[in-house]
Amino acid sequence: MDENASARLMRRALTVAHRVGLFLAMLLICMPGIWIVLSSLRPTVEIMAKPPVWIPQQLSFDAYVAMFSGIGKGGIPVLDYFRNSLIISVTSTVIAVAIGMAGGYAFARYRFRGKSGMFLGLMLTRTVPGIAMSLPLFFVYARLGIIDTHFGMILAYVALNIPFTIWLIDGFFRQVPKDLAEAAQIDGCTRWQAFWQVEFPLARPGIASAGIFAFLTCWNEFALASQLTRSVNSKTLPVGLLDYTAEFTIDWRGMCALAVVMIIPALTLTYIVQKHLVGGLTSGAVKG
Amino acid sequence: MATVSLKKLTKRYGNMEIVHGIDLDIADREFIALVGPSGCGKSTTLRMIAGLEDISGGTIDIGGRVVNDLPPRSRNISMVFQSYALYPHMTVRENLGFSLKIAGAAKDDMDRRVAEASAILGLDELLERRPSQLSGGQRQRVAMGRAIVRDPDVFLFDEPLSNLDAKLRTQMRTEIKKLHAKVKSTVIYVTHDQVEAMTLADRIVIMRSGYIEQVGTPDEVFSRPATHFVAGFIGSPPMNLHEATVSDGKLVFSGGDSLPLPGQFKSNTAAGDKVVFGIRPDDFYPTGHGLSSGGETEVHRVELPVSITEPLGNETLVFAEFNGADWVSRMLNPKPLKAGDRIGMSFDLSRAHLFSAETGKSLRN
Repeated sequence: MDENASARLMRRALTVAHRVGLFLAMLLICMPGIWIVLSSLRPTVEIMAKPPVWIPQQLSFDAYVAMFSGIGKGGIPVLDYFRNSLIISVTSTVIAVAIGMAGGYAFARYRFRGKSGMFLGLMLTRTVPGIAMSLPLFFVYARLGIIDTHFGMILAYVALNIPFTIWLIDGFFRQVPKDLAEAAQIDGCTRWQAFWQVEFPLARPGIASAGIFAFLTCWNEFALASQLTRSVNSKTLPVGLLDYTAEFTIDWRGMCALAVVMIIPALTLTYIVQKHLVGGLTSGAVKG
Repeated sequence: MATVSLKKLTKRYGNMEIVHGIDLDIADREFIALVGPSGCGKSTTLRMIAGLEDISGGTIDIGGRVVNDLPPRSRNISMVFQSYALYPHMTVRENLGFSLKIAGAAKDDMDRRVAEASAILGLDELLERRPSQLSGGQRQRVAMGRAIVRDPDVFLFDEPLSNLDAKLRTQMRTEIKKLHAKVKSTVIYVTHDQVEAMTLADRIVIMRSGYIEQVGTPDEVFSRPATHFVAGFIGSPPMNLHEATVSDGKLVFSGGDSLPLPGQFKSNTAAGDKVVFGIRPDDFYPTGHGLSSGGETEVHRVELPVSITEPLGNETLVFAEFNGADWVSRMLNPKPLKAGDRIGMSFDLSRAHLFSAETGKSLRN
């Protein structure tokens, strides 16, 4: 075999090995998700079997039917939880992104006293684990009477998300050349028009990713929500999972079914927004 | 009618003054180049005229109207940026029409004006492309097109060619000159490249450290530099400039060599004056190989050793050692020379320059 043929063979073998490796890695990453979906469709006996039953023997949608069946028939107020989750997540995401845009723009474009200190301060708030704040928050909220309200949850999540959205959006505005806003002003825009016509469209991928991150944080958050919510007035889906735990038993199948219900909107949203995440839009603006 | 007039224009950042009260009057349809080294305040001055920087003092008057506090959009100017600053999310057509869209122009008016600009600059093929799909020269043309479409009183150019390669720069330089002939607007052009300034401008403003050193036509700043700095800045290769002391009708250099004091400076100098002697490479040449060989009025000839040569084909730059330093000379109709050769050199003293060592100002009458 000549040198070229063996090199070609080697390259093909490497490509195959590469793909197999990637497939295994992906399988490992996706396993918990796949396992949740599978478990939601299998009887509890099979889920708890030792040694584990890898291939499901029987599948049914009983858990989903039961979930929506109403209280007393194994159901939980899933629609209420869903509504709460949606209201709280969407509202706090919109507020956090709006403030993040204003803050990120200011940090990226303006010079002001105490700028780096403020930025560092924002970052430091990220080092405090959310759960550590639950007790102080609980006391403050109890005094204010906003425990078990949408408002209370939205407030907590906005505060949690703002440092991150500012930081992320700041980075994206920094990538938009300052010349573009100036050119727009010379072309007749006010500062405000220049922002919306030129800088905003270019930073949109960053703003979209900040939005997704903020939304998922709120949608999935459990620790704070479990402390600050009480009833169907404000309980979110992750807290709702606890409804499947009783004193001596845990309904794993029902819990997995609810988890699937939770995952679907998050997955859909991410899928819709991902096309806005395409980077490199600014290429060609300036020399390069 | 768009004259531009700067009066005592000043820019300060905190306590640091960047532009020190400059005065400049620019005539209607004049092409003015602001030139100077980095940090001389030329771009800041341009940005103040554009309204992108606040001014700290003085007035800016465009077309007889003081615009000190007006936002950029109200000054009826357009600007071409060094980075082109094209909107990457818009096509070339949208880029060109953006200012008209903002101004709320009618669709057919917009189409007509975009078509006009595109015809002037040869952009017709590119109208549906995005900036990322264009080459450097094409982006530059789109940037100019965007400026033309606005039909402004004044065009501002901020080092528009410095991102292009040498060949394209020469080509675009010609296009800018043609463009000015066509659109006949007032142009203020900032560059650090003196060749661009010389070739394009009606008048050149040479700036240094926030002051204007000289304002004049290309010929004036080349032939009659007002200061030592202008003399060194304009011209390529640069003028030979060396410190000397006036003594008994002679200029004595620090190394001990001397030259006769040029006649036109005799009345303006006294013995003991510290001066800077300047002579352009065109006026210091191997004897018989100069521009004005034969027609000189005041020539000093001396034999000097050659240290290096730079052949350019039609001419050779000869570095000759005089007073312990290399003096550059331009040799026309070159003949082969090598380092170490001793050749006869001519100083055309009637075309020499003398500046005060203290103030840097020219000692010419």
